Amino acid sequence: MKAYTQHTGIVMPLDRANVDTDAIIPKQFLKSIKRSGFGPNLFDEWRYLDQGEPGMDNRKRPLNPDFVLNDARYQGASILLARENFGCGSSREHAPWALEDYGFHTIIASSFADIFYNNCFKNGILPIVLEEKIIENLFDLSAAEQALQLTIDLATQSIKGASILLDFEVEAHRKHNLMNGLDDIGLTLQCAEDIRQYEMRRKNAAPWLFRSV
Amino acid sequence: MAAKTLYDKLWEQHLVREDEHGAGLLYIDRHLIHEVTSPQAFEGLRIAGRKLWRTETNLATPDHNVPTVDRHLGIADPVSRLQVETLAKNCADFSITEFDMSDARQGIVHVVGPEEGATLPGMTVVCGDSHTSTHGAFGALAFGIGTSEVEHVMATQCLIQKKSRSMLVHVDGKAGEGVTAKDIVLAIIGKMGTAGGTGYVIEFAGEAIRNLSMEGRMTLCNMTIEAGARAGIVAVDEKTLDYVKGRPFAPPENLWSQAVSAWSDLHSDEGAVFDKIIHLDATQIEPQVTWGTSPEMVVGIRDRLPEAGSYSDPVKENGAINAFKYMGLDQGVKVTDILLDKVFIGSCTNSRIEDLRAAAAVIKGRKKSPSVKLALVVPGSGLVKQQAEEEGLDKIFTAAGFEWREPGCSMCLAMNADRLQAGERCASTSNRNFEGRQGPGGRTHLVSPAMAAAAAIAGHFVDIREF
Repeated sequence: MKAYTQHTGIVMPLDRANVDTDAIIPKQFLKSIKRSGFGPNLFDEWRYLDQGEPGMDNRKRPLNPDFVLNDARYQGASILLARENFGCGSSREHAPWALEDYGFHTIIASSFADIFYNNCFKNGILPIVLEEKIIENLFDLSAAEQALQLTIDLATQSIKGASILLDFEVEAHRKHNLMNGLDDIGLTLQCAEDIRQYEMRRKNAAPWLFRSV
Repeated sequence: MAAKTLYDKLWEQHLVREDEHGAGLLYIDRHLIHEVTSPQAFEGLRIAGRKLWRTETNLATPDHNVPTVDRHLGIADPVSRLQVETLAKNCADFSITEFDMSDARQGIVHVVGPEEGATLPGMTVVCGDSHTSTHGAFGALAFGIGTSEVEHVMATQCLIQKKSRSMLVHVDGKAGEGVTAKDIVLAIIGKMGTAGGTGYVIEFAGEAIRNLSMEGRMTLCNMTIEAGARAGIVAVDEKTLDYVKGRPFAPPENLWSQAVSAWSDLHSDEGAVFDKIIHLDATQIEPQVTWGTSPEMVVGIRDRLPEAGSYSDPVKENGAINAFKYMGLDQGVKVTDILLDKVFIGSCTNSRIEDLRAAAAVIKGRKKSPSVKLALVVPGSGLVKQQAEEEGLDKIFTAAGFEWREPGCSMCLAMNADRLQAGERCASTSNRNFEGRQGPGGRTHLVSPAMAAAAAIAGHFVDIREF
């Protein structure tokens, strides 16, 4: 996994609550057995005017001019600003894969759905939770003619902009792994002996969990 | 000793260790696998040269992409076919038990697990699917995970987790006639909101919950994720034991009494402290119908849709305006005036035998409304299908003009050929009414099986209690 330390980018405001993972990446694209290439279909149903299917040449599809992703101001944006309960619904990791593939490295919202939040950290994306009032203010700032640019620093847990200085919270273990780009599986396997000892204890207490069927 | 919640007990029983940052390493007893969220995890194992930690804890079945008609012809869509074939190859390569399309036990992973006894009380159960919360009905800690975590479980039998907060949802009193687990859980989501459970594990308790069958409890826990919670759980009782006993993966006779004795502790202790408690009065819950594009946009069958001006929160008001537009509905209309194009009875929420019986009881001797283009019944598994056919339910459905199909996820998320066309309106027993969920531009109303069946006969929503 790529490490995340500091990131500067343009903010794209997506002014909707409860953005679900079906909207982030519709189901027809989940048939892929790969991890990459989902970016062109990020927010497919909102982004294009036609109906998207796998295998289409997305560059030739008609864009929805009213959708914020197609707004000239936000081209190249790498920070997504959203509202409450972002990423709700399906557990599909294709959602953070699509966001990352498009170029979003940071998502700021007033709350995230649990599984999505977790999936972000596994893919080098930093999800940041801020209070509603601050989110509202960021929406105002990012709607200006000149797109809002922010710098996010994970080490100091700070967000800086022209007239902005904010702190954010992140759990210590997630911060550590994200900053160092650590592979969770490798880390867990360092505890293999603990896992084996747990299994020995558990096998005595609950032998029916250790039968082969 | 301090009184513990059921969640505390399940957490402690599975905690392998805690790291210096307070993150827990949680042991996983059962890992269920389907074709959509696993291929990249198997690929990850191969690239890193890793093996499965404990092969026999894994159980796989294809469900999202499988066709519900003409199985003998295979899967027409080459992309879907490749995904299902990839699951078969991965399972063969890693020696994982798979119930493939030709196996009578194939079905929706959350129907198959309990049916086989692969889901047991006191287990931790995970799957790369958000509706894994279903298995909490057995007093198990069950939750959905992403593909990176699927790989993590396969390689280590563990997950890195932070303990959630605990919530008790107490549903007091008896639910009225015609009010099912689906109506109870939709009413809970309507009250809490789709983010109301975020960061929590919810335990459901109270008379109305105890009165639910195991199928009903699965419906309830299934939709806990729609309230944003990590997991939903129901304490173990006699109904749980009766359901589990004798199933293929259940403890055999020689271990049964030891298991039952261990499971007898799977309830919250008297005086256990929850971070949040919510009470609902079951006698006040009406049959529910969702009207919008989030499961929290729900009303009773006798209600009218809300007016956009009735929201105090501008973000919610904006959401409602978008939803009215997408759903092609006017504010304030009566729910019973909403006309339907299609009806779907199925999904991991409502495709078990009890659901099919409830729907069949409503339509017996009646005919689907000519204005309803398609009424689809998709059993949750091959075994549910067999049982329904033994009971003659398939004949009731087909005589009424419904289609009787092969098991799978089908039109819950439309990854196979079963889907809504843009603008079509569907009464569905599934779990999500998101934009495009049942097909791009499709409009979904979530209801119970009996309400869906009645709507198919009438051509519009009706109060099942007066039907």
